[in-house]
Amino acid sequence: MEIDAVTLAILKGRFEQIADEMDATLFRAAFNPIIAEAHDASHGLYDAETGMTLVQGKSGLPIFVGAMAFAVKSVIDKAGPGGHAPGDLWIFNDPYDGGTHLSDFRLVKPLFHDGRLFCFLASVGHWHDVGGNVPGNYNPAATEVFQEGMLIPPVKLYDKGELRQDIIDILSANSRLPLSLYGDLNGQINALDLGERRMTALLEEYGEATAGACLRQLKERAATMMRAQIAALPDGTVSAEDWLDNDGIVDEPLKIALDLTVEKDRMVMDFSRSSPACLGPVNISRATAVAACYTALKHIFGEVPANAGVLEPVEFRIAEDSLLSVKAPKPVGGYTETILRMIDVVFQAVAQLAPEKTVACAYGTINALSMAGHRSNGARWVMFSFFGGGHGGHHQDDGLNHGNAPISTATIPPLEILEAAYPVRFTQWALRPDSGGPGRHRGGLGAVYEIELLEESADAFLFGERGKFPPQGIAGGAPAAANRFTYQQDDGAHEPPMVSKMVGIHIARGQRVRLETPGGGGYGDPLSRDPQSVARDVARGFVSPEAAKRDYGVGLDPAGAVDPAATARLRHPKDQKETA
Amino acid sequence: MSAFVVGVDVGGTFTDVFVLDEAEGAIRIAKVPSTFGDQSRGFIEGIGEAVDDFAQIRTVVHGTTVGTNALLERKGARTGIITTQGFRDVLEMRRRDRPATWGLRGSFEPVVDRSDRLEVAERVLADGSVLEPVDPAAVQDRAKALSAAGCEAVCVFFINGYANSANETQAVEAVRRVWPNAYVSAATEILPEIREFERLSTATLNAYLQPAVSSYLDRLQSGLKQRDFGGDVLIVQSNGGVMAVESAKRYPVRTALSGPAAGVIAAKAIAGAAGFENLITCDMGGTSFDVSLVAGGKAAIAAQTSIDFGMVVRTPMIEITTIGAGGGSIAYLDQSGLLQVGPESAGSNPGPVCYGLGNTRPTVTDANLLLGRINPERPIGGKLEKLDVAAARAAMEAVIAGPLDLSVEEAAEAVIRLANAKMAGAIRLVSIERGHDPAKFTAMPFGGGGALHTGALIKEVGLGAALVPRFPGVTSALGCVVADMRHDRVQTVNRLLAQTDFAALQSEMTAVAEATEEVVRGSGIAFERIERSYEFDMLYLGQTHSIAVPLEIPPEGLDQASVTAAFETAYRAAYGRLLENIPIRLMNYRVTVTGRRPAFDMGVFAPAGGRPAADCAIGSREVYAEGRFWTATVYERLELEAGAVVPGPALLEQADATIFIDPGLSGRVDGFGNLIISGREGQQ
Repeated sequence: MEIDAVTLAILKGRFEQIADEMDATLFRAAFNPIIAEAHDASHGLYDAETGMTLVQGKSGLPIFVGAMAFAVKSVIDKAGPGGHAPGDLWIFNDPYDGGTHLSDFRLVKPLFHDGRLFCFLASVGHWHDVGGNVPGNYNPAATEVFQEGMLIPPVKLYDKGELRQDIIDILSANSRLPLSLYGDLNGQINALDLGERRMTALLEEYGEATAGACLRQLKERAATMMRAQIAALPDGTVSAEDWLDNDGIVDEPLKIALDLTVEKDRMVMDFSRSSPACLGPVNISRATAVAACYTALKHIFGEVPANAGVLEPVEFRIAEDSLLSVKAPKPVGGYTETILRMIDVVFQAVAQLAPEKTVACAYGTINALSMAGHRSNGARWVMFSFFGGGHGGHHQDDGLNHGNAPISTATIPPLEILEAAYPVRFTQWALRPDSGGPGRHRGGLGAVYEIELLEESADAFLFGERGKFPPQGIAGGAPAAANRFTYQQDDGAHEPPMVSKMVGIHIARGQRVRLETPGGGGYGDPLSRDPQSVARDVARGFVSPEAAKRDYGVGLDPAGAVDPAATARLRHPKDQKETA
Repeated sequence: MSAFVVGVDVGGTFTDVFVLDEAEGAIRIAKVPSTFGDQSRGFIEGIGEAVDDFAQIRTVVHGTTVGTNALLERKGARTGIITTQGFRDVLEMRRRDRPATWGLRGSFEPVVDRSDRLEVAERVLADGSVLEPVDPAAVQDRAKALSAAGCEAVCVFFINGYANSANETQAVEAVRRVWPNAYVSAATEILPEIREFERLSTATLNAYLQPAVSSYLDRLQSGLKQRDFGGDVLIVQSNGGVMAVESAKRYPVRTALSGPAAGVIAAKAIAGAAGFENLITCDMGGTSFDVSLVAGGKAAIAAQTSIDFGMVVRTPMIEITTIGAGGGSIAYLDQSGLLQVGPESAGSNPGPVCYGLGNTRPTVTDANLLLGRINPERPIGGKLEKLDVAAARAAMEAVIAGPLDLSVEEAAEAVIRLANAKMAGAIRLVSIERGHDPAKFTAMPFGGGGALHTGALIKEVGLGAALVPRFPGVTSALGCVVADMRHDRVQTVNRLLAQTDFAALQSEMTAVAEATEEVVRGSGIAFERIERSYEFDMLYLGQTHSIAVPLEIPPEGLDQASVTAAFETAYRAAYGRLLENIPIRLMNYRVTVTGRRPAFDMGVFAPAGGRPAADCAIGSREVYAEGRFWTATVYERLELEAGAVVPGPALLEQADATIFIDPGLSGRVDGFGNLIISGREGQQ
């Protein structure tokens, strides 16, 4: 069926609006702040036969854009041919089929129109607690998925419109926070109900044939657009490598290596030289790895739509049973750290072909920090949040201070909300000086968060990264400061043996934990940074006078103004000519 | 002896003046160029165009963009912040967001430089207990440092001040003792609500605006006084109500959306008089399309907005949804060959291709011109002599029609349809997505361009009708004249219902309402009556987003049962289902006091001496719509008599707007001079 250009453009907007509206419904109704405030959720429309992403909401977590297709496909496989009926609703969190980790519960709903399956609607949201050894489920000591939480394969929550309460009972019994689980689950059901109403109205208005043809065309056009973007890059093969600190079990670095080839309008992303699967939870499934590359490409080529067609011109080479393609029961709870590193190597590789197209590495760790304990009245509390850091410099400007991770659009909960809800007080919430990677355009600053316990005792858990290998600069820019975590004990301050990961840190009333997060990498040679910008950074306390001298070759007079003579000496120690 | 009420809306290009002569029941309108640098000059000149003797003016009501512009252009005063040890960067760290989801580019400069953000030792905990008292001497040292550095305004902001403002209050008093300055404020004086970044951002932007807005209002008042004006000046707030000049100097951040709010208020009043309670206002400018919703005679109110990335203002304001689709929005084909319109805009300079100022990429206005909907010999706004049709045609051919293998008219109609679809999306967002049935709503365009598109919006979204006011170009100035006085207060409570002392809460709320009512009465304005309303922000324990729960205080007093019932009603309406056995939390209470000004008689717009439609036809133009050409009659709009019916396709021209009635629709002039467009059968 031939679709005219206008109908196509109009229906594209309608589909996107439906997906966005599902996002908004869940964000408003969700109980846990990871969905409500951090928007760690996503909704979309998926192909009836293949599960491929057709349209996805703009405000959900970017990483799910690539991952959800695999989730829908696993429901299609489980149900088998003809296995869907109106009123069915599937639920599961199996990360090997659907990508990401156990915390992400997926709901998949077949959408019928006039008795025929037209497409799937799906919702994914990060639940507050799904059992396992660590409250909040970021367990850096896990060696099997069983220690990370409950694993639910695709099962029907509604069967032809009938709610199966026993499923909710099973889920609730396996969570430390069953009320939160119940609230979030209801929010997701509401979002899918709304999506169904909106899609049904659209199909009544335009007819199945037109709507279906539009979705097919949008996919073809997404592929066309991606090919055009790739073709604009110079041909060639470039390589980039970066490292994870460790897997939380064995203190050895893990390599993520990318050999990226551009040949006309096709791209090969070869991760074959990456480390094999590890014992700890920084493994990811192949679905997650592909989704991570999609996220990186979308950051570089902003215009490409959230649609499966985008990946058509890209070939992935990911070795079986490598760190980036594991199977059950390898632990995957810390998938965020690994995909952030994948995005970093994609940025570093593309920067070698076209530095102006990309940005230096962002802070590169989700820093999942949880604190948990019991109040004096016996009530259990779990505070769980992700913390921010700097974004990388780029060819136009310095990086953003204290941004959110490239895989998410999450905002951080207000500290006043955290203090009102949990027995803690923050003693510092500030930008971290000297944390931005030096460069002609400096990386954005990371942050310092210091938290004091107000109850008698609690346990703290940290799942972070970038403790040993800081975020890299591009185009001659320097790395940012590394992640640093310290915690007080009776005998003073300690650092985790694994640097960025630790479980069950027992702290007592009045003791503090302190997280100093990385900035973003720098862009371009720091010695070419405008000395006035360096002086301004020093005046603001973003850069110390020592770092101005050491990293930027800028000398300042006692009043803080640029000392041109000292700067010339620092930048050109011999008789070297000034290079622009 | 006449008594004038004057509304003045200062926009980016024109200053519009609307004068109501209360004695004669007559109106006058004036339009003068806005004066840059000092808007108060154009303001006085504009009034002078319409009124000879300023002594006869009783009230001047002003919708201002001085505050908005100062924020957008970063032209506020140098401002300092004195804050809790460890938290100087709250303003700069925001809520850890970024400007755009994709691309990771973007930066943020807070309005207060880091070197002007100073810390003192002090701490209040979330339960309101004071962990560490503040040392006034230390605060005074910081205040002196900020003053010496050249700051003109200062904001004192302490963590958890919403729960107990004792430390903040002490600190502010200490600052005032060493630095007598009208621009010293405590964050909780501006917004005693939980969430540190939103409170600090609002209070800081308020302080940042205070000197500029205050001196503007002083100039304005002295300029009026020189002309022997002896009445009152009122300022329109973002919440759609007016406030006295003294309040505006204290809370300038409340004027952030003053101008657009006045437009919505006018739309509400005009439509209300014409019998339409449910309204979607549409303001189409050069780069954007703004919509807002009025349901049951009430404008939708938003709790906060971002003026720019990271510049959050949290005060109740009329909810205005903006999308990037205006007359200057550029049409193009993306890399996959898909037609796109906006968000990039040619603005007003160079503007559309047909302006002949150098743009070669076709815009929405060019498409309207090519479809015959705009008269090239009579451009609205009066800036240009005529429009360049040939240039618009060439651009449309080269960029859209050629590559898509369409005729120029087909291409232009495609651009319009896509622009209409985007506007329809914005309307769906504020109506269908909030659970409203669009068939019960009427679209009301104001500003210059919107009336070309409203007919299509009726069809696209299924709206009941469209209403084009008699003078779409001066709607905001009229809104100033009809707006009521309104003051909003909020206070965070943050308690579970089971732990709330409702008697104490009620007496606190009543006291706040009394104090607010004093402010309203103290303005010296005559009101027909003063109304109070209360609202709670409530949520289930564990949720983060609250819902607004309107509340009547029952004669027997507030209690847990009545508040629970009110919450459950509101929750069910918002989400469909209640949650069982989860405790309910009361986050904030809100008090609104409204002083109702005397009703404005829309009868002043009644067309006097109008003529039947046939006598107002001034020619015809070929217009292209629905894939073919039609001959559309062109009418002189303001000469149509009440009751005149104009079948589509038709074009109605007037100095400040052009109206297109699509084929299949028809327009009717009502008793107030409004044009009501609807389906030919289903006339209202």
